[in-house]
Amino acid sequence: MIEVENVTKRFGPILAVDRISFYVPRGEVVGFLGPNGAGKSTTMRILACFFPPTSGRASVGGYDVVSQALEVKRIVGYFPERVSVYPDMPVRTFLDFVAEAKDVPRAVRKQEIGRVIESCGLDAVEGRLIGHLSKGYRQRVGIAQALIGTPRVLILDEPTIGLDPEQVVEIRKLIRTLGADRTVILSTHILSEVSSVCDRVIIIHRGRILASESLATLQAQLQRTRRVRVEAEGPETQLRQVLAQLPGVIQVRRDGPSPVAGEAMQNGTVAAVVEYEGEDIRKAISQAVLQRGWGLLEVRSLEPTLEDMYLQLIHDAEAGHTIEP
Amino acid sequence: MKFLCIFKKELRLYFGSFIAYALAAAFLLLAGYFFYTDMVFYDLFGDFVDITTSLWNYYFLDLRFISMLILPLLTMRLFAEEKKLGTIELLWTYPLTDPHIILGKFLACFVFFLAMVLCTAVYPVLLYTVHPFAWGPPLAGYLGVVLVGATFIACGTFFSSLTENQVVSAMSTYGVLVFLWFLTWNEEAVGPQLIGVVSRFSLFDRFGDFAKGVINTKDIAFFGLATAFFLVLTLQSLESRKWRGIR
Repeated sequence: MIEVENVTKRFGPILAVDRISFYVPRGEVVGFLGPNGAGKSTTMRILACFFPPTSGRASVGGYDVVSQALEVKRIVGYFPERVSVYPDMPVRTFLDFVAEAKDVPRAVRKQEIGRVIESCGLDAVEGRLIGHLSKGYRQRVGIAQALIGTPRVLILDEPTIGLDPEQVVEIRKLIRTLGADRTVILSTHILSEVSSVCDRVIIIHRGRILASESLATLQAQLQRTRRVRVEAEGPETQLRQVLAQLPGVIQVRRDGPSPVAGEAMQNGTVAAVVEYEGEDIRKAISQAVLQRGWGLLEVRSLEPTLEDMYLQLIHDAEAGHTIEP
Repeated sequence: MKFLCIFKKELRLYFGSFIAYALAAAFLLLAGYFFYTDMVFYDLFGDFVDITTSLWNYYFLDLRFISMLILPLLTMRLFAEEKKLGTIELLWTYPLTDPHIILGKFLACFVFFLAMVLCTAVYPVLLYTVHPFAWGPPLAGYLGVVLVGATFIACGTFFSSLTENQVVSAMSTYGVLVFLWFLTWNEEAVGPQLIGVVSRFSLFDRFGDFAKGVINTKDIAFFGLATAFFLVLTLQSLESRKWRGIR
């Protein structure tokens, strides 16, 4: 659905995007991840035909973004990074203008606008001036304009930034629903957003693609060692010795109270994080603890967070080696 | 016909905004005042004899002046506001071409201007009821005002496309229009060789014939070309995003 081949974009002396290539098949939800200024918005603007690339080729739905821009614009719904709406227009009037600009046939225009207003939860404010709405609602109007005309491809540049947590959840839910039958690219620097919404992540750093993988693959690649959190009732020194002697264990570290429970450590309770290589160690740990008659409260493997992976990737990139997609 | 959606949107914004009404009110107030003073002049010094030279000539020169005063304030928002709000990014990613956008915006402003000018027709009509006159000369004058107004609007549209600051947009339009006005005001300073050339480009000398009730096809062509010239410049300015480093 989206093909990007060796695309470079320069702004005078600044190289914003540096020879990137990627492919997004129909129906996939892809997350663009990267720090501010990494080249996410520039790439999305090229795909939305806002400006052409300096060199390289990009196509959406088989149409070239330079020579067939009008065709591309017909099938793409774009939500710009800067939420831009006309403050002096009522919501419905604005969406009516958008529908006309996007060639939605007059006969179905009203129905289409109604559908979008409903799916974005704008029913309550459809007659009000956009300038008088709260930021969250303005954001939704921005998303609504992208959805008008049922575009086959959605390009959303930081769609949840500046929203309150409840709205963030709603917008993510909406994106997931939309992603069921269309191709979506969304950019963000919120990592949890990627894990909750996207099938695949493309990590961009300084205009280059560092990784383009499904989350699971990325995790597996970056996970050289695994970690398990153990919480038990028993003598601390002995417990740690026992854990350290288990096969594959590299390190045993003392740990604080469980962040999940969020309470202080009870008397006589010990927590430790075990770092190990090789096969799953959880069974061995529980057997070892129970054999000695100590109480076992928790054995939980710790998934590396996206933050960990992201920092590691960027760290690796700075050190000079990239992960080949 | 794709420009129609932009055209409708712009008209909606004009007719829904306070500034447009304030400008229209100022325009009509000034036009009414000038018509009144020109009438008094015609009464006192023209002895009701030659209405074309002693009333219409002055009235239309004044209308042209008010148009120059008001139009840059009407055009300043056309592109500058969209750039400031960021909504230009939406227009550029909708299935519209730059000529659609320019034409829609230009025509919307032009229609608003036409509506303002049409309102001033009340004054001659009132005069006619008490003092009948031949309609030819004032109609020629109105044609001139409409044509020169179109050129002003095109010029303002161009400067609006260069900046995201509306004040800069209006001021640069004033700069160019006032310069073109005074281009020929001191013939000695321009010099005898140049004056022939320069006066052909003066937006204001070209208007003189219309004010005197003369419709000259050369002048019509001039204003048509000047309007087209500024609109083409606007197109160039918008398309520069394709090679310039806009972030």
